[in-house]
Amino acid sequence: MTADPRAADRPPAALRAQALEELLTERGVVKTEVLDGFINRYVNDVGPLNGAKVVAKAWVDPDYRSRLLEDGTGAIKELGYAGPQGEHIVVLENTREIHNLVVCTLCSCYPWPVLGLPPNWYKDPAYRARAVREPRKLLAEMGLSLDDDVDIKVWDSSAENRYFVLPLRPEGSEGLSEEELAALVTRDAMVGVAAVEVSS
Amino acid sequence: MDGIHDMGGTHGWGTVTIDPAEPVFEEDWHARTFALGLASMGASGTNLDAFRHALERLHPLEYLGDGYYGRWLRAAETLLVDSGVLAAGAVEARARRLRGEEVVEPADVEVHKPSYERGGAGSLRQIDDEPAFVAGQQVRVRDLHKPGHTRMPAYVRGRVGVIEARRPAAVLPDSTAHFTGEDAQHVYTVRFESTQLWGPNAEPSTVFVDLFESYLEETP
Repeated sequence: MTADPRAADRPPAALRAQALEELLTERGVVKTEVLDGFINRYVNDVGPLNGAKVVAKAWVDPDYRSRLLEDGTGAIKELGYAGPQGEHIVVLENTREIHNLVVCTLCSCYPWPVLGLPPNWYKDPAYRARAVREPRKLLAEMGLSLDDDVDIKVWDSSAENRYFVLPLRPEGSEGLSEEELAALVTRDAMVGVAAVEVSS
Repeated sequence: MDGIHDMGGTHGWGTVTIDPAEPVFEEDWHARTFALGLASMGASGTNLDAFRHALERLHPLEYLGDGYYGRWLRAAETLLVDSGVLAAGAVEARARRLRGEEVVEPADVEVHKPSYERGGAGSLRQIDDEPAFVAGQQVRVRDLHKPGHTRMPAYVRGRVGVIEARRPAAVLPDSTAHFTGEDAQHVYTVRFESTQLWGPNAEPSTVFVDLFESYLEETP
């Protein structure tokens, strides 16, 4: 019989993490500075603001929008965004008729160069399980109620392609600058679980 | 393998809530574990596919128990122990010592990282093989039941769909996770109607799944 991996006296994960880091640094297998560098990159440099700039540019620049939909990876790289989990990025355009939603049912694949690391809800088993089966119901529970005549397309990131949603530009945003538009675009809208709205 | 990780379409998980104020890392150990997880692949001489497989090999309670970074921590430890960089039980013993228990740590073992050839950095590859399928073609997902790593979600097994697009060729995770070669092949986005997956009463939607060429077969 399998030993219970949840034995009552097991050391908590935080201590195990400390133990693992100690063992690896003592042996010279990893360097603390390298670990710090990974963390700093995703806390300070790479996050959804990158994606928001991509979206805002696509909203104001029709040529860029065409390039983005044709070759997501290349157009995103024009703005300087590339790296791990972004080898091949496919951009999905939301319209009045079509709503796109991205999930990874097998793990947590996510386009890091444009969105940073995935939020908790994206990694939640409920999201991973239900997005491919009852997306409309799930989205409504998450705060996005879609009209019945909107078709839902769900994209399961099961290989190394990474998906990124170009949300609908909100009504009332006509006079805004590219920078002001970028400030409206949320992480959740670029995964497909929220709409972009003009703040009141 | 059929396991806890393959969650698409499974029932019983409840609902999802969004916390708009969520930080990148909620706990310091989440951040350290994220970095250790990335570092563990190089340190163990393995790769991303092996890391994903290490996640899948965890006991379901372990997979879920300490959340996302809890499973990353266990997967990192698994790869390092598999490669002999750390002895089995070394992390547990050190963690117990850190909380004041008198525990003897296991002696180091011989390092035995996997030896295998990589055809380049990352997962994408240029290949000369003629693609077996074209956009618009109807295909069936093969009835494969692999005991090891695979990127074929169980919910499409045996199902009929239509090729939406061909994507860049990539190494086959089913091979690279087990260090048996790269077996780079074409990758297709396959379109499934929700009724093909979940029955005639399914909520209407279209589901797109990225599948490697060897997962697919022609339909009559």
